[in-house]
Amino acid sequence: MAEGTAVEAIDIVKQFGQGDHVVRALDHVSVAIKTGEFFTLLGPSGCGKTTLLRLIAGFEAPSAGQIVLEGADVTALAPNQRPVNTVFQSYALFPHLSVAQNVSFGLEMLGRPRAEITATTERMLALVRMETLANRKTSQLSGGQQQRVALARALAPQPKVLLLDEPLSALDLQLRKEMQGELKRLQRETGITFIFVTHDQEEALTMSDRIAVMRAGHILQVGSPREIYTEPTNRFVASFIGETNFLKGTMVDDTQVALPGGEVLAVAVGAQAAGTQAAGMHAGQSVDLAIRPEQIRILPANSPDTIAGIVSGSVYFGTDTHCNITLNGTEGAQIVVRLQSPVSGSAGLDVGASVGVAFNPGALRVIGA
Amino acid sequence: MSKQRSFNVTDLPGFTTIAILAFLALYAPILTLVVYSFNDASSITVWGGFSLRWYEIAWQNTAVKEATLRSLIIATSASVIATTVATLAALGTTRTAPFKGQTAIYAMINQPLMVPEIVTAVALLIFFGIIKKATDYLGLGYLIAAHAAFCVPFAYLPIRARLEGMDLSLETAAADLYANRWMTLRRITLPLLAPGIAAGAMLAFVISLDDVVITEFVKTGGQETLPTYMLGQMRRAISPEVNAISTGLLALTVLLLTAFFLLTRRRD
Repeated sequence: MAEGTAVEAIDIVKQFGQGDHVVRALDHVSVAIKTGEFFTLLGPSGCGKTTLLRLIAGFEAPSAGQIVLEGADVTALAPNQRPVNTVFQSYALFPHLSVAQNVSFGLEMLGRPRAEITATTERMLALVRMETLANRKTSQLSGGQQQRVALARALAPQPKVLLLDEPLSALDLQLRKEMQGELKRLQRETGITFIFVTHDQEEALTMSDRIAVMRAGHILQVGSPREIYTEPTNRFVASFIGETNFLKGTMVDDTQVALPGGEVLAVAVGAQAAGTQAAGMHAGQSVDLAIRPEQIRILPANSPDTIAGIVSGSVYFGTDTHCNITLNGTEGAQIVVRLQSPVSGSAGLDVGASVGVAFNPGALRVIGA
Repeated sequence: MSKQRSFNVTDLPGFTTIAILAFLALYAPILTLVVYSFNDASSITVWGGFSLRWYEIAWQNTAVKEATLRSLIIATSASVIATTVATLAALGTTRTAPFKGQTAIYAMINQPLMVPEIVTAVALLIFFGIIKKATDYLGLGYLIAAHAAFCVPFAYLPIRARLEGMDLSLETAAADLYANRWMTLRRITLPLLAPGIAAGAMLAFVISLDDVVITEFVKTGGQETLPTYMLGQMRRAISPEVNAISTGLLALTVLLLTAFFLLTRRRD
């Protein structure tokens, strides 16, 4: 895949309302999306992710900043002048047109020759496996079929970038899983840059090449799913993506943190240590430590290199059992440990049992206070 | 065991009686009119057997034919003009960001519904009088203009209702798919709006067809429409011919209004 920049948002500010009622939906947001990647804007509702998508599509104009599309500034262009297409959350299929007419609409507006329109429309319908329903009215389709038509319609003009605004949120779980795979396949086969908006962290992790985590009009972190999950740079990212335990501690040096009870734990080294130094962290500073529930092992009480704790509860989740443990020397902090459920019986941990807890090396991360 | 039940107005004593009386009051006069249009006798109160002679007489009456033709010309022209204006007004009032004075604009568009018709009639009589004097033009234009004006709100209301119920993301999607504003209007908005426009036009047509007060004041001598012709007839001897004409007009109106309801009914 060509390494270039498909879309660049430069220092975007978007405000809604006037006077005393100004709401800043995007606050100096900059992001560069590479050509051919599956890029996801992830965040809770109201974080500005859909606004950013609408700015790229041209449905909204930024209050300040620039949108650059393959090197050209498109900030002032209307939506119909931008080589990007959108798959809407509500699909927005034209109810008075047939499936094929919906798909060919963009090509017709571009003034392509009739033969090309027919050929491309057929190819797109085949791509989303809807060729047998070409003459149906869109109101006669199921949710998943409407979704496919919306995709074919947006892909038909071969946009430089495809924008997807929570397109799977209206589908039930099973269909959503199926469409996730479908979207990945379409992206691979067409090579088009996808910008995908979702609030579903699992969807973001499984589908994206890169994720931008957003909150309150800011992009907090951009990275691959693995980076976002294993190396969150702040507390919000760590807690929004998957489950995370937080502990309070004090920096001893670049590689060690002391818990309030005096236990000293090794924290991730390398880039992480460099990061903490860059962030101006120093010995004696209070910090938050983050660790994923699956990176914790439960050992018999008094095992070497463990912190003592007492089991305070466990919840069965099918494949996993989540075990709550109150740690000694942490001012009563509770952590969740994810254990694989055994074939039969319980995980063998009774409420009130004393255990030793060990953190996998490198999994404990300093987040800052 | 008492069954839980909610209040139902049909359970009230006398409900059925009142309902029947109300329907009788509404429809008995019309029914009488229709029945007596088939009366063979020359009286409109004494039944003399079934006959279609009054329809035949009305059909052969040149004055009736002329008035009918004039009514249809005025109603068609006025409803086309009113529907065009109403469509533009509806687009202008729904496809914009909320603005100050929006309510005032609605009130102004719907003015003919609120101002007493007789006031408008007198105002038009005076206003057109000045123009007639100045231009010497005495044609049907005045009636068409007047009818178009008071038909606007009747066309506007169903069109606006349809526009407000339309999914705005459809127009956004069209723009996203390279349609400029004109193409979006032509290919997406207008086709989806068509049932509303047709309904508005039909309503305007019926309202125009039926108008007496404004027509009576605005028309130049000899420009009888069907309703004003009938009014003129009533002033002299009343013959069942008027019943026959009325029945014809009623049939046309019922036909159009049925079409209106079928069009505005939500199909999905």
